[in-house]
Amino acid sequence: MSANDAAQRDVIIRYEDVHKAFGPKVVLAGFDLEVYRGEAFAIMGPSGTGKSVALRHVIGLLKPDSGVVTVDGNDMRTIERDKLRELRSRMGYVFQEAALLNWLSAGENVALPLRETTRLPDAEIREKVNAKLALVQVPDVYNKMPNELSGGMRKRVGLARALVTDPEIILYDEPTAGLDPEISSSINHLMRDLAQQLHVTSLIVTHHIGCVRTTADRVGLLDGGKLHYVSNPQEFIHSTEPRLVRFLGDKLD
Amino acid sequence: MSSMLSRFLGDVGFQLTLAVQVVLRAGSSWRRRTLVADQLFQSGLKVVHVVLLVGLFIGMIVALQTGLELSRFGQQDQIGTIVALSMCREMGPFITATILAATVGSALAAELGTMAVSEELAALEVMSIDRISFLVMPRVLAAAIVCPMLTVLCDAIGIVGGGLIAQSQLNVGMSLYYDSVLESLNDRGLPFDLPKDVYTGLFKSFVFGIVLSVISCAAGVQATSGAMGVGNATRKAVRDSIIAIIVSNYFLSWMFFNT
Ligand SMILES: Nc1ncnc2c1ncn2[C@@H]1O[C@H](COP(=O)(O)OP(=O)(O)OP(=O)(O)O)[C@@H](O)[C@H]1O
Ligand SMILES: [Mg+2]
Repeated sequence: MSANDAAQRDVIIRYEDVHKAFGPKVVLAGFDLEVYRGEAFAIMGPSGTGKSVALRHVIGLLKPDSGVVTVDGNDMRTIERDKLRELRSRMGYVFQEAALLNWLSAGENVALPLRETTRLPDAEIREKVNAKLALVQVPDVYNKMPNELSGGMRKRVGLARALVTDPEIILYDEPTAGLDPEISSSINHLMRDLAQQLHVTSLIVTHHIGCVRTTADRVGLLDGGKLHYVSNPQEFIHSTEPRLVRFLGDKLD
Repeated sequence: MSSMLSRFLGDVGFQLTLAVQVVLRAGSSWRRRTLVADQLFQSGLKVVHVVLLVGLFIGMIVALQTGLELSRFGQQDQIGTIVALSMCREMGPFITATILAATVGSALAAELGTMAVSEELAALEVMSIDRISFLVMPRVLAAAIVCPMLTVLCDAIGIVGGGLIAQSQLNVGMSLYYDSVLESLNDRGLPFDLPKDVYTGLFKSFVFGIVLSVISCAAGVQATSGAMGVGNATRKAVRDSIIAIIVSNYFLSWMFFNT
Protein backbone atom coordinates (compact mmCIF):
# COMPACT_ATOMS: atom_id res chain seq x y z
CA MET A 1 0.00 0.00 0.00
CA SER A 2 1.26 3.49 -0.70
CA ALA A 3 1.38 6.57 1.46
CA ASN A 4 -1.65 7.92 -0.37
CA ASP A 5 -3.82 4.91 0.36
CA ALA A 6 -2.77 5.08 3.96
CA ALA A 7 -3.76 8.71 4.21
CA GLN A 8 -7.34 7.74 3.55
CA ARG A 9 -7.48 5.65 6.67
CA ASP A 10 -7.74 6.54 10.28
CA VAL A 11 -4.85 7.48 12.46
CA ILE A 12 -4.07 4.93 15.17
CA ILE A 13 -0.92 6.45 16.69
CA ARG A 14 -0.58 10.22 16.87
CA TYR A 15 2.25 12.31 18.30
CA GLU A 16 1.50 16.01 18.51
CA ASP A 17 4.33 18.38 19.31
CA VAL A 18 5.84 15.95 21.82
CA HIS A 19 8.62 17.23 24.02
CA LYS A 20 10.65 14.98 26.29
CA ALA A 21 13.78 15.72 28.27
CA PHE A 22 15.70 13.81 30.92
CA GLY A 23 17.05 16.46 33.25
CA PRO A 24 19.00 18.88 31.07
CA LYS A 25 19.11 16.43 28.15
CA VAL A 26 16.45 17.32 25.60
CA VAL A 27 15.54 14.25 23.56
CA LEU A 28 12.27 14.96 21.77
CA ALA A 29 11.49 18.56 20.83
CA GLY A 30 8.37 19.01 18.77
CA PHE A 31 8.05 15.43 17.57
CA ASP A 32 5.05 15.00 15.27
CA LEU A 33 3.88 11.81 13.63
CA GLU A 34 0.67 10.15 12.54
CA VAL A 35 0.67 6.43 11.89
CA TYR A 36 -2.33 5.01 10.08
CA ARG A 37 -4.14 1.84 10.95
CA GLY A 38 -2.51 -1.09 9.18
CA GLU A 39 0.51 0.93 8.15
CA ALA A 40 4.16 0.12 8.73
CA PHE A 41 6.11 3.24 9.63
CA ALA A 42 9.87 3.18 10.08
CA ILE A 43 11.88 5.63 12.16
CA MET A 44 15.55 5.91 11.30
CA GLY A 45 18.12 8.14 12.90
CA PRO A 46 21.60 8.34 14.37
CA SER A 47 22.31 6.54 17.63
CA GLY A 48 21.14 8.31 20.76
CA THR A 49 18.68 10.65 19.03
CA GLY A 50 15.68 9.29 20.93
CA LYS A 51 14.19 6.62 18.69
CA SER A 52 13.64 4.24 21.60
CA VAL A 53 12.33 7.11 23.69
CA ALA A 54 9.80 7.97 20.98
CA LEU A 55 8.68 4.34 20.79
CA ARG A 56 8.22 4.03 24.55
CA HIS A 57 5.65 6.80 24.56
CA VAL A 58 3.29 4.71 22.48
CA ILE A 59 2.98 2.00 25.09
CA GLY A 60 2.92 4.26 28.10
CA LEU A 61 6.41 3.49 29.41
CA LEU A 62 7.18 7.21 29.15
CA LYS A 63 4.92 10.22 29.28
CA PRO A 64 5.57 13.38 27.29
CA ASP A 65 6.65 16.51 29.17
CA SER A 66 4.38 18.42 26.87
CA GLY A 67 2.42 17.60 23.76
CA VAL A 68 0.14 14.64 23.28
CA VAL A 69 0.51 11.01 22.32
CA THR A 70 -2.72 9.24 21.46
CA VAL A 71 -3.10 5.58 20.63
CA ASP A 72 -6.39 4.41 19.20
CA GLY A 73 -7.98 7.58 20.49
CA ASN A 74 -6.59 7.30 24.03
CA ASP A 75 -4.49 10.12 25.41
CA MET A 76 -1.54 8.28 26.92
CA ARG A 77 -1.00 10.91 29.59
CA THR A 78 -4.41 10.52 31.15
CA ILE A 79 -5.39 6.99 30.20
CA GLU A 80 -6.91 4.97 33.03
CA ARG A 81 -5.24 1.85 34.32
CA ASP A 82 -7.79 -0.62 33.07
CA LYS A 83 -7.93 1.02 29.68
CA LEU A 84 -4.13 1.02 29.50
CA ARG A 85 -4.07 -2.66 30.37
CA GLU A 86 -6.61 -3.39 27.65
CA LEU A 87 -4.70 -1.29 25.14
CA ARG A 88 -1.40 -2.94 26.01
CA SER A 89 -2.96 -6.35 25.55
CA ARG A 90 -3.44 -5.38 21.92
CA MET A 91 0.15 -4.27 21.49
CA GLY A 92 3.47 -6.03 21.22
CA TYR A 93 6.84 -4.47 21.99
CA VAL A 94 10.09 -5.88 20.69
CA PHE A 95 12.80 -4.59 22.99
CA GLN A 96 16.16 -3.53 21.65
CA GLU A 97 18.02 -5.98 23.91
CA ALA A 98 15.27 -8.63 23.97
CA ALA A 99 14.66 -8.10 27.72
CA LEU A 100 14.07 -11.79 28.48
CA LEU A 101 13.83 -12.86 32.11
CA ASN A 102 17.01 -14.83 32.63
CA TRP A 103 15.51 -17.23 35.20
CA LEU A 104 12.86 -18.51 32.81
CA SER A 105 13.51 -20.72 29.82
CA ALA A 106 13.12 -19.19 26.38
CA GLY A 107 9.78 -20.93 25.94
CA GLU A 108 8.48 -19.80 29.31
CA ASN A 109 9.52 -16.26 28.48
CA VAL A 110 7.35 -16.40 25.40
CA ALA A 111 4.57 -18.10 27.37
CA LEU A 112 4.66 -15.47 30.11
CA PRO A 113 2.04 -13.05 28.75
CA LEU A 114 -0.33 -15.95 28.15
CA ARG A 115 0.27 -17.53 31.55
CA GLU A 116 -0.15 -14.27 33.38
CA THR A 117 -3.02 -12.66 31.57
CA THR A 118 -5.08 -15.52 30.15
CA ARG A 119 -6.59 -18.75 31.44
CA LEU A 120 -5.51 -20.91 28.54
CA PRO A 121 -4.61 -24.50 29.41
CA ASP A 122 -0.96 -25.39 29.47
CA ALA A 123 -1.07 -27.54 26.33
CA GLU A 124 -2.57 -24.74 24.30
CA ILE A 125 -0.02 -22.25 25.60
CA ARG A 126 2.82 -24.55 24.63
CA GLU A 127 1.37 -25.04 21.22
CA LYS A 128 1.09 -21.30 20.62
CA VAL A 129 4.58 -20.70 21.95
CA ASN A 130 6.11 -23.36 19.74
CA ALA A 131 4.28 -21.95 16.74
CA LYS A 132 5.70 -18.47 17.38
CA LEU A 133 9.17 -19.80 18.03
CA ALA A 134 9.00 -21.61 14.70
CA LEU A 135 7.75 -18.45 13.03
CA VAL A 136 10.84 -16.52 14.15
CA GLN A 137 13.02 -19.48 13.20
CA VAL A 138 14.22 -20.63 16.58
CA PRO A 139 12.15 -23.81 16.79
CA ASP A 140 14.21 -25.83 19.26
CA VAL A 141 14.86 -23.42 22.07
CA TYR A 142 11.81 -23.94 24.31
CA ASN A 143 13.83 -25.40 27.15
CA LYS A 144 17.01 -23.41 26.69
CA MET A 145 17.81 -20.68 29.16
CA PRO A 146 18.35 -17.18 27.73
CA ASN A 147 22.03 -17.18 28.63
CA GLU A 148 22.53 -20.30 26.53
CA LEU A 149 21.32 -18.46 23.44
CA SER A 150 23.18 -16.09 21.14
CA GLY A 151 22.17 -12.44 21.06
CA GLY A 152 20.39 -12.92 17.77
CA MET A 153 18.45 -15.89 19.09
CA ARG A 154 17.42 -13.99 22.20
CA LYS A 155 16.26 -11.20 19.98
CA ARG A 156 14.04 -13.56 18.05
CA VAL A 157 12.67 -15.09 21.25
CA GLY A 158 11.82 -11.53 22.30
CA LEU A 159 10.06 -11.09 18.99
CA ALA A 160 8.13 -14.31 19.54
CA ARG A 161 7.06 -13.04 22.97
CA ALA A 162 5.76 -9.84 21.43
CA LEU A 163 3.84 -11.83 18.83
CA VAL A 164 2.40 -14.53 21.05
CA THR A 165 -0.70 -12.54 21.98
CA ASP A 166 -1.38 -11.73 18.30
CA PRO A 167 -1.22 -7.97 18.77
CA GLU A 168 -2.80 -5.39 16.47
CA ILE A 169 -0.01 -2.89 16.97
CA ILE A 170 3.62 -3.95 17.12
CA LEU A 171 6.42 -1.66 18.17
CA TYR A 172 9.79 -2.90 16.99
CA ASP A 173 12.94 -1.46 18.52
CA GLU A 174 15.67 -2.47 16.10
CA PRO A 175 14.25 -5.91 15.34
CA THR A 176 17.11 -6.93 13.08
CA ALA A 177 20.09 -5.34 14.81
CA GLY A 178 22.77 -7.93 15.43
CA LEU A 179 21.23 -10.57 13.19
CA ASP A 180 23.06 -11.98 10.22
CA PRO A 181 21.80 -10.85 6.80
CA GLU A 182 19.92 -14.03 6.05
CA ILE A 183 17.99 -14.06 9.32
CA SER A 184 17.47 -10.30 9.05
CA SER A 185 15.90 -10.74 5.71
CA SER A 186 13.57 -13.46 6.91
CA ILE A 187 12.54 -11.35 9.92
CA ASN A 188 11.88 -8.46 7.56
CA HIS A 189 9.64 -10.68 5.49
CA LEU A 190 7.89 -11.90 8.61
CA MET A 191 7.21 -8.30 9.62
CA ARG A 192 5.90 -7.54 6.18
CA ASP A 193 3.64 -10.58 6.20
CA LEU A 194 2.24 -9.64 9.57
CA ALA A 195 1.42 -6.21 8.22
CA GLN A 196 -0.01 -7.37 4.91
CA GLN A 197 -1.81 -10.52 5.93
CA LEU A 198 -2.94 -9.66 9.43
CA HIS A 199 -3.18 -5.88 8.98
CA VAL A 200 -0.98 -5.27 11.98
CA THR A 201 0.10 -1.67 12.50
CA SER A 202 3.87 -1.48 12.88
CA LEU A 203 6.12 1.23 14.18
CA ILE A 204 9.66 0.17 13.47
CA VAL A 205 12.87 1.70 14.74
CA THR A 206 15.72 0.50 12.62
CA HIS A 207 19.22 1.19 11.34
CA HIS A 208 18.85 -1.18 8.41
CA ILE A 209 17.85 0.25 5.11
CA GLY A 210 16.95 -3.26 3.98
CA CYS A 211 14.39 -3.45 6.77
CA VAL A 212 12.89 -0.15 5.62
CA ARG A 213 12.80 -1.29 1.99
CA THR A 214 11.08 -4.55 2.76
CA THR A 215 8.70 -3.61 5.51
CA ALA A 216 7.92 0.09 5.58
CA ASP A 217 5.12 1.99 3.90
CA ARG A 218 6.61 5.25 5.07
CA VAL A 219 9.80 6.27 6.79
CA GLY A 220 11.18 9.34 8.53
CA LEU A 221 14.48 10.51 9.97
CA LEU A 222 14.62 11.45 13.63
CA ASP A 223 17.20 14.12 14.27
CA GLY A 224 17.29 17.02 16.70
CA GLY A 225 14.18 15.79 18.46
CA LYS A 226 11.97 16.03 15.37
CA LEU A 227 10.99 13.78 12.52
CA HIS A 228 12.19 14.90 9.07
CA TYR A 229 11.74 13.87 5.45
CA VAL A 230 8.72 11.65 6.00
CA SER A 231 8.07 9.87 2.72
CA ASN A 232 7.90 6.46 1.15
CA PRO A 233 11.06 4.37 1.21
CA GLN A 234 11.92 4.96 -2.45
CA GLU A 235 11.82 8.74 -2.13
CA PHE A 236 13.57 8.58 1.20
CA ILE A 237 16.44 6.51 -0.09
CA HIS A 238 16.88 8.49 -3.26
CA SER A 239 16.46 11.88 -1.66
CA THR A 240 19.12 14.48 -2.40
CA GLU A 241 18.65 16.30 0.92
CA PRO A 242 22.21 16.72 2.19
CA ARG A 243 21.42 15.63 5.74
CA LEU A 244 19.69 12.51 4.53
CA VAL A 245 22.42 11.73 2.05
CA ARG A 246 24.96 12.03 4.82
CA PHE A 247 22.95 9.83 7.16
CA LEU A 248 22.25 7.17 4.56
CA GLY A 249 25.73 7.37 3.08
CA ASP A 250 27.24 4.37 4.81
CA LYS A 251 23.99 2.40 4.92
CA LEU A 252 23.33 2.11 1.19
CA ASP A 253 25.38 -0.57 -0.41
CA MET B 1 21.50 19.36 53.25
CA SER B 2 17.86 19.89 52.37
CA SER B 3 18.35 17.92 49.18
CA MET B 4 19.77 15.07 51.26
CA LEU B 5 16.74 15.24 53.51
CA SER B 6 14.33 15.25 50.60
CA ARG B 7 16.15 12.32 49.00
CA PHE B 8 15.97 10.46 52.32
CA LEU B 9 12.26 11.15 52.68
CA GLY B 10 11.70 10.18 49.07
CA ASP B 11 13.51 6.87 49.62
CA VAL B 12 11.64 6.08 52.80
CA GLY B 13 8.37 7.00 51.13
CA PHE B 14 9.12 4.68 48.23
CA GLN B 15 10.10 1.86 50.57
CA LEU B 16 6.99 2.25 52.71
CA THR B 17 4.76 2.38 49.63
CA LEU B 18 6.40 -0.77 48.33
CA ALA B 19 5.91 -2.48 51.68
CA VAL B 20 2.21 -1.60 51.67
CA GLN B 21 1.83 -2.81 48.09
CA VAL B 22 3.52 -6.08 49.01
CA VAL B 23 1.13 -6.56 51.92
CA LEU B 24 -1.83 -5.83 49.65
CA ARG B 25 -0.65 -8.61 47.35
CA ALA B 26 -0.02 -11.15 50.07
CA GLY B 27 -3.21 -12.85 48.93
CA SER B 28 -1.50 -14.02 45.77
CA SER B 29 1.21 -15.86 47.68
CA TRP B 30 -0.42 -19.23 47.09
CA ARG B 31 -0.62 -18.59 43.37
CA ARG B 32 3.04 -17.55 43.49
CA ARG B 33 4.11 -20.50 45.63
CA THR B 34 6.66 -21.86 43.18
CA LEU B 35 8.30 -18.45 42.95
CA VAL B 36 8.28 -18.20 46.75
CA ALA B 37 9.77 -21.67 47.11
CA ASP B 38 12.44 -20.75 44.60
CA GLN B 39 13.33 -17.70 46.61
CA LEU B 40 13.32 -19.63 49.88
CA PHE B 41 15.90 -21.90 48.40
CA GLN B 42 17.89 -19.03 46.93
CA SER B 43 17.92 -16.92 50.04
CA GLY B 44 17.89 -19.58 52.72
CA LEU B 45 20.08 -22.51 51.87
CA LYS B 46 22.85 -20.48 50.35
CA VAL B 47 23.68 -18.66 53.56
CA VAL B 48 23.12 -21.41 56.14
CA HIS B 49 26.84 -22.06 56.45
CA VAL B 50 27.60 -18.37 56.96
CA VAL B 51 24.99 -18.08 59.68
CA LEU B 52 26.33 -21.19 61.39
CA LEU B 53 29.91 -20.02 61.30
CA VAL B 54 29.21 -16.48 62.46
CA GLY B 55 26.69 -17.63 65.08
CA LEU B 56 29.20 -20.05 66.55
CA PHE B 57 31.81 -17.37 66.97
CA ILE B 58 29.36 -14.81 68.32
CA GLY B 59 28.36 -17.27 71.02
CA MET B 60 32.00 -17.90 71.82
CA ILE B 61 32.74 -14.17 71.99
CA VAL B 62 29.81 -13.46 74.30
CA ALA B 63 30.84 -16.33 76.56
CA LEU B 64 34.44 -15.25 76.64
CA GLN B 65 33.80 -11.56 77.26
CA THR B 66 31.18 -11.90 79.94
CA GLY B 67 32.55 -15.14 81.32
CA LEU B 68 35.87 -13.62 82.24
CA GLU B 69 34.10 -10.80 84.08
CA LEU B 70 31.74 -13.18 85.81
CA SER B 71 34.53 -15.42 86.95
CA ARG B 72 36.15 -12.49 88.77
CA PHE B 73 33.11 -12.56 91.03
CA GLY B 74 32.86 -16.33 91.05
CA GLN B 75 29.63 -16.15 89.07
CA GLN B 76 30.75 -18.07 85.99
CA ASP B 77 28.00 -20.62 86.53
CA GLN B 78 25.62 -17.99 85.14
CA ILE B 79 27.31 -18.02 81.77
CA GLY B 80 24.68 -20.28 80.19
CA THR B 81 21.91 -17.85 81.08
CA ILE B 82 23.79 -14.90 79.69
CA VAL B 83 24.73 -16.56 76.41
CA ALA B 84 21.23 -17.93 75.91
CA LEU B 85 19.47 -14.65 76.59
CA SER B 86 21.80 -12.47 74.57
CA MET B 87 21.72 -14.86 71.61
CA CYS B 88 17.94 -15.19 71.62
CA ARG B 89 17.09 -11.59 72.36
CA GLU B 90 19.61 -9.65 70.35
CA MET B 91 22.53 -11.41 68.78
CA GLY B 92 20.72 -14.12 66.86
CA PRO B 93 18.13 -11.90 65.18
CA PHE B 94 20.51 -9.03 64.57
CA ILE B 95 23.45 -11.04 63.27
CA THR B 96 21.24 -13.19 61.05
CA ALA B 97 19.50 -10.18 59.58
CA THR B 98 22.80 -8.45 58.96
CA ILE B 99 24.17 -11.49 57.19
CA LEU B 100 21.02 -11.69 55.09
CA ALA B 101 21.23 -7.99 54.26
CA ALA B 102 24.79 -8.39 53.04
CA THR B 103 24.16 -11.55 51.05
CA VAL B 104 20.53 -11.94 50.07
CA GLY B 105 19.77 -8.21 50.16
CA SER B 106 22.64 -7.32 47.88
CA ALA B 107 21.74 -10.18 45.56
CA LEU B 108 18.12 -9.00 45.38
CA ALA B 109 19.17 -5.46 44.59
CA ALA B 110 21.62 -6.64 41.95
CA GLU B 111 19.07 -8.97 40.39
CA LEU B 112 16.22 -6.48 40.25
CA GLY B 113 18.63 -3.70 39.32
CA THR B 114 19.88 -5.69 36.37
CA MET B 115 16.30 -6.31 35.35
CA ALA B 116 15.54 -2.60 35.57
CA VAL B 117 18.56 -1.66 33.52
CA SER B 118 18.05 -4.33 30.86
CA GLU B 119 14.42 -3.30 30.33
CA GLU B 120 13.05 -6.52 31.81
CA LEU B 121 10.89 -4.53 34.22
CA ALA B 122 9.64 -2.48 31.31
CA ALA B 123 8.86 -5.71 29.48
CA LEU B 124 6.78 -6.91 32.43
CA GLU B 125 4.95 -3.61 32.52
CA VAL B 126 4.21 -3.76 28.82
CA MET B 127 2.78 -7.25 29.29
CA SER B 128 0.62 -5.90 32.15
CA ILE B 129 2.33 -8.24 34.61
CA ASP B 130 2.35 -6.79 38.08
CA ARG B 131 5.98 -6.71 39.10
CA ILE B 132 5.20 -6.43 42.77
CA SER B 133 3.14 -9.58 42.79
CA PHE B 134 5.45 -11.33 40.35
CA LEU B 135 8.86 -10.24 41.63
CA VAL B 136 8.81 -8.37 44.91
CA MET B 137 6.18 -10.17 46.98
CA PRO B 138 7.73 -13.65 46.59
CA ARG B 139 11.13 -12.29 47.59
CA VAL B 140 9.80 -10.45 50.63
CA LEU B 141 7.73 -13.41 51.76
CA ALA B 142 10.71 -15.73 51.39
CA ALA B 143 12.91 -13.40 53.42
CA ALA B 144 10.24 -13.08 56.11
CA ILE B 145 10.17 -16.88 56.41
CA VAL B 146 13.88 -17.50 56.08
CA CYS B 147 15.07 -14.88 58.52
CA PRO B 148 13.40 -16.37 61.64
CA MET B 149 14.38 -19.89 60.57
CA LEU B 150 18.01 -18.96 60.26
CA THR B 151 17.77 -17.05 63.50
CA VAL B 152 16.81 -20.26 65.31
CA LEU B 153 19.92 -21.88 63.88
CA CYS B 154 22.05 -18.91 64.81
CA ASP B 155 20.70 -18.93 68.38
CA ALA B 156 21.33 -22.65 68.72
CA ILE B 157 24.84 -22.69 67.32
CA GLY B 158 25.71 -19.60 69.37
CA ILE B 159 24.66 -21.40 72.53
CA VAL B 160 26.81 -24.34 71.50
CA GLY B 161 29.73 -21.97 70.91
CA GLY B 162 29.23 -20.46 74.34
CA GLY B 163 29.25 -23.97 75.80
CA LEU B 164 32.60 -24.75 74.20
CA ILE B 165 34.09 -21.67 75.80
CA ALA B 166 32.39 -22.32 79.13
CA GLN B 167 34.00 -25.72 79.27
CA SER B 168 37.41 -24.94 77.84
CA GLN B 169 38.07 -21.47 79.24
CA LEU B 170 35.81 -21.03 82.25
CA ASN B 171 35.79 -24.52 83.70
CA VAL B 172 32.02 -24.66 83.64
CA GLY B 173 30.93 -28.19 82.84
CA MET B 174 28.72 -28.88 79.87
CA SER B 175 25.85 -30.18 81.92
CA LEU B 176 25.88 -27.21 84.24
CA TYR B 177 26.03 -24.89 81.26
CA TYR B 178 23.11 -26.51 79.48
CA ASP B 179 21.10 -26.64 82.67
CA SER B 180 21.39 -22.91 83.04
CA VAL B 181 20.60 -22.42 79.34
CA LEU B 182 17.48 -24.52 79.63
CA GLU B 183 16.45 -22.91 82.85
CA SER B 184 16.69 -19.45 81.36
CA LEU B 185 14.77 -20.52 78.28
CA ASN B 186 12.11 -22.40 80.15
CA ASP B 187 9.23 -22.38 82.42
CA ARG B 188 7.65 -19.08 81.60
CA GLY B 189 4.22 -20.43 80.80
CA LEU B 190 4.28 -19.74 77.07
CA PRO B 191 3.70 -22.41 74.40
CA PHE B 192 6.49 -24.95 73.94
CA ASP B 193 7.87 -23.82 77.26
CA LEU B 194 9.90 -21.20 75.50
CA PRO B 195 10.27 -17.77 77.00
CA LYS B 196 9.28 -14.39 75.76
CA ASP B 197 12.91 -13.88 74.76
CA VAL B 198 12.77 -16.48 72.04
CA TYR B 199 9.42 -15.30 70.70
CA THR B 200 10.33 -11.65 70.65
CA GLY B 201 13.62 -12.53 68.97
CA LEU B 202 11.84 -14.46 66.27
CA PHE B 203 9.26 -11.75 65.80
CA LYS B 204 12.08 -9.26 65.41
CA SER B 205 13.77 -11.35 62.80
CA PHE B 206 10.49 -11.71 60.94
CA VAL B 207 10.30 -7.91 60.81
CA PHE B 208 13.99 -7.66 59.85
CA GLY B 209 13.41 -10.09 56.99
CA ILE B 210 10.66 -7.88 55.62
CA VAL B 211 12.62 -4.69 56.18
CA LEU B 212 15.78 -5.85 54.47
CA SER B 213 14.03 -7.42 51.51
CA VAL B 214 11.70 -4.48 50.89
CA ILE B 215 14.60 -2.04 51.06
CA SER B 216 16.75 -4.18 48.78
CA CYS B 217 13.97 -4.67 46.24
CA ALA B 218 13.23 -0.94 46.31
CA ALA B 219 16.86 -0.15 45.61
CA GLY B 220 16.88 -2.67 42.78
CA VAL B 221 13.79 -1.53 40.93
CA GLN B 222 14.95 2.08 41.18
CA ALA B 223 18.35 1.34 39.67
CA THR B 224 19.25 3.71 36.87
CA SER B 225 20.95 2.63 33.71
CA GLY B 226 24.64 3.01 33.13
CA ALA B 227 27.60 1.12 34.42
CA MET B 228 27.22 2.45 37.95
CA GLY B 229 23.48 1.88 38.26
CA VAL B 230 23.42 -1.68 39.56
CA GLY B 231 26.51 -1.21 41.73
CA ASN B 232 24.99 1.82 43.39
CA ALA B 233 21.71 0.02 43.94
CA THR B 234 23.50 -2.87 45.61
CA ARG B 235 25.54 -0.66 47.87
CA LYS B 236 22.50 1.36 48.83
CA ALA B 237 20.50 -1.79 49.54
CA VAL B 238 23.04 -3.15 52.01
CA ARG B 239 23.70 0.19 53.69
CA ASP B 240 20.05 1.14 54.10
CA SER B 241 19.04 -2.36 55.17
CA ILE B 242 21.60 -2.49 57.94
CA ILE B 243 20.67 0.98 59.16
CA ALA B 244 16.97 0.10 59.10
CA ILE B 245 17.61 -3.18 60.92
CA ILE B 246 19.46 -1.40 63.70
CA VAL B 247 16.91 1.39 64.05
CA SER B 248 13.92 -0.93 63.97
CA ASN B 249 15.73 -3.24 66.38
CA TYR B 250 15.81 -0.44 68.92
CA PHE B 251 12.11 0.30 68.57
CA LEU B 252 11.13 -3.36 68.67
CA SER B 253 13.22 -3.95 71.79
CA TRP B 254 11.72 -0.87 73.36
CA MET B 255 8.25 -2.11 72.50
CA PHE B 256 8.76 -5.55 74.01
CA PHE B 257 10.86 -4.84 77.04
CA ASN B 258 9.73 -1.41 78.13
CA THR B 259 6.93 -2.70 80.31
N1 LIG C 1 15.37 6.86 31.28
C1 LIG C 1 16.29 7.73 30.82
N2 LIG C 1 16.90 8.57 31.67
C2 LIG C 1 17.81 9.45 31.23
N3 LIG C 1 18.19 9.57 29.95
C3 LIG C 1 17.62 8.76 29.06
C4 LIG C 1 16.64 7.79 29.44
N4 LIG C 1 16.24 7.14 28.33
C5 LIG C 1 16.94 7.67 27.32
N5 LIG C 1 17.77 8.64 27.74
C6 LIG C 1 18.65 9.45 26.90
O1 LIG C 1 17.92 9.86 25.79
C7 LIG C 1 18.72 9.82 24.63
C8 LIG C 1 18.02 9.03 23.56
O2 LIG C 1 17.99 7.66 23.95
P1 LIG C 1 17.40 6.53 23.04
O3 LIG C 1 17.62 5.25 23.76
O4 LIG C 1 16.00 6.85 22.67
O5 LIG C 1 18.30 6.61 21.74
P2 LIG C 1 18.17 5.76 20.42
O6 LIG C 1 17.86 6.70 19.32
O7 LIG C 1 17.23 4.64 20.63
O8 LIG C 1 19.64 5.24 20.22
P3 LIG C 1 20.17 3.79 19.79
O9 LIG C 1 20.13 3.76 18.31
O10 LIG C 1 21.56 3.76 20.28
O11 LIG C 1 19.30 2.77 20.43
C9 LIG C 1 20.05 9.25 25.03
O12 LIG C 1 20.96 10.30 25.15
C10 LIG C 1 19.80 8.63 26.38
O13 LIG C 1 20.93 8.76 27.17
MG1 LIG D 1 17.35 2.65 20.93
